[in-house]
Amino acid sequence: MVKKVIRKFEVEYLQVLDEDGNADEKLMPKLTGKQIKELYENMILVRTFDDKAFSMQRQGRIGSYLQVKGQEAAQVGSVYALQDKDWMFPMYRSSGALLVRKQPMHLLYLYWGGDERGLKSPDNVNNFPIAIPVGTQMPHAVGAAWASKLLGKKDVSMVFMGDGATSKADFHTAMNFAGVYQVPCVLVCENNEWAISVPIKTQTHSETIAQKGIAYGVKGIQVDGNDVFAVYKAAKDAVDDARAGKGPALIECMTYRIGDHSTSDDAKKYRNEKEVEEWAKKDPILRLEKYMKKSNLLDDAYKKKVFENSKSEVEKEVKKYEEYPAQDKEDIFKYTFAEMPYQVKEQFEEYKHG
Amino acid sequence: MVSMNNVEAVKSALDQALKSDKSVVVLGEDVGVNGGVFRATEGLQKKYGKDRVIDTPLSEEGIVGMAIGMAVNGIKPVAEIQFSGFLPAAFDQIFSHAARIRSRSRGRFTCPIVIRAPAGGGIRALELHCEMPEAFFAHIPGLKVVCPSTPYDTKGLLLAAIKDPDPVIFLEPMRLYRAIKQDVPETEYTLPLGKANVVKEGSDITIITWGAMVKYTLDAVSKLKDVDAEVIDLRTIYPFDAETIIKSVKKTGRALVVHEAPKTAGFGAEIVATINEKALDSLEAPIMRVTGYDIPLPFARLEMEYIPSEERIIKGINKVMEY
Repeated sequence: MVKKVIRKFEVEYLQVLDEDGNADEKLMPKLTGKQIKELYENMILVRTFDDKAFSMQRQGRIGSYLQVKGQEAAQVGSVYALQDKDWMFPMYRSSGALLVRKQPMHLLYLYWGGDERGLKSPDNVNNFPIAIPVGTQMPHAVGAAWASKLLGKKDVSMVFMGDGATSKADFHTAMNFAGVYQVPCVLVCENNEWAISVPIKTQTHSETIAQKGIAYGVKGIQVDGNDVFAVYKAAKDAVDDARAGKGPALIECMTYRIGDHSTSDDAKKYRNEKEVEEWAKKDPILRLEKYMKKSNLLDDAYKKKVFENSKSEVEKEVKKYEEYPAQDKEDIFKYTFAEMPYQVKEQFEEYKHG
Repeated sequence: MVSMNNVEAVKSALDQALKSDKSVVVLGEDVGVNGGVFRATEGLQKKYGKDRVIDTPLSEEGIVGMAIGMAVNGIKPVAEIQFSGFLPAAFDQIFSHAARIRSRSRGRFTCPIVIRAPAGGGIRALELHCEMPEAFFAHIPGLKVVCPSTPYDTKGLLLAAIKDPDPVIFLEPMRLYRAIKQDVPETEYTLPLGKANVVKEGSDITIITWGAMVKYTLDAVSKLKDVDAEVIDLRTIYPFDAETIIKSVKKTGRALVVHEAPKTAGFGAEIVATINEKALDSLEAPIMRVTGYDIPLPFARLEMEYIPSEERIIKGINKVMEY
């Protein structure tokens, strides 16, 4: 009889920037001052877009909306590692990632305003339409990555999910296929501690989500999700590895949903306000500002300019959204099939002529 | 021309598609080394390699989810779900994504996948292996649903489904896999989706049916001495060929629908409604249905009590004729 330990596993955690904005130079990813500024400007733009979307929902100018607030570093840092031709599979809270991925801002408002045209990604960028069911986008990302591998293309897929989505069968099946076929896919989990009202402790008994990768033979790493450098470093390493044929990766970004789940939710019902206050102190934007000040990348004039630019960009895009030509009503019939089948054609005629 | 049965016709179509279109990939459980549990993919992995005829992990939602991702990125996946009873596991991916990618992306992305599944009862298989789920899928806008009954149709329709730019659910009646042989061209050919086939002309009553029931309806009709029935093999459930049905009903004045799936909200109801809308004036009797019952499909020993038999079909015909 034999009883012995046959495997031991470790789970890595990465933080580059501490809460006071001090960076560990040994861990710091390669980024020029210009790139750091770009990350910052993107995060401010996302926050400005997001705050505006929230207030527009309250004013009835868009429909339901799911805020990014607090998760800007996790989204901006990860997609910053992608190239345009790479594939990105967003979920409903991925507005920040989509903005960096060149999804026109007015189209995002258009989608949240209830118009399908907002989901259409520009022809030169491969952004999949936002997934509304939880977690169903994960197999698509793995499938697209698998296709890239089979067709000998060099593009990588990146998919976003929340902590709640890791309870779905789609997570299991996506991770499993990704591992078996070693596809170039990076799965980014924004662990924001809450799936509507269910805390992460009720979601899983696993100490980390990153360790779930081990079971599938997929590299897993946990990063400080409010540290844009840690997120970018983990994403860049994972994307580079994937592109080089070294297989998939799972990145768990430890972050926090500062807002409610959605504009129809009231998180005060189930969440301690103190917890929110504590996390607000760890705000990813404040942290990056502290670092940039220390590194002489940010002064008051620059900061003011970034905020003003973001505000005017958002206002310009809101105007574009609100002045966007109305959808041709007949379009609702036109995209179900490549060619309208008999039944749809008949119903279309009835719709048009009564 | 080569004489082949329905399984061989499936294999011949897949072989042809893999040969002529390099972007076609076959994936599913046991489709590679084992050649599929019904041998529909036998020898194909050897011929086209492991990257084109792929044995997947055991996960229907995974197979369909992967196929969707592959399809938007340049591959034409033909996914096999081992039995139609396992399709519900993939329903979310089919309903929430495959069927509406074109619409949700306003044409930027499309989903040209084929999901093949052996379907229907009558072979004494295990429970949840024998259902006919055509009505579920016909009710999802954005999907096409095909159910052939003969080897010639199987090959031509499967090749058409693979070439189709939209997702197609392709239901293969298990009971007919080896029940019929027919001369089938070895070369590539397609039959249009959405076109029914009048398999027997007649003047007294129109019988609309599909899948395994085509054969058993024809057997039943051949025993009738006084009734000259016209039998329509619908072949494509959605979009279905209303024109052929209406034309026939206007000629015969009577109609009967035969299908295996449960009666209530079965696809027969859709056909009855369509005839009412378009040919009520021609009807000499109410349209009747001979179908499965609104009960779970009984296990093997009593499944034939559920599946429409020749006797039930004849009774149904007589009921319409005697009205």
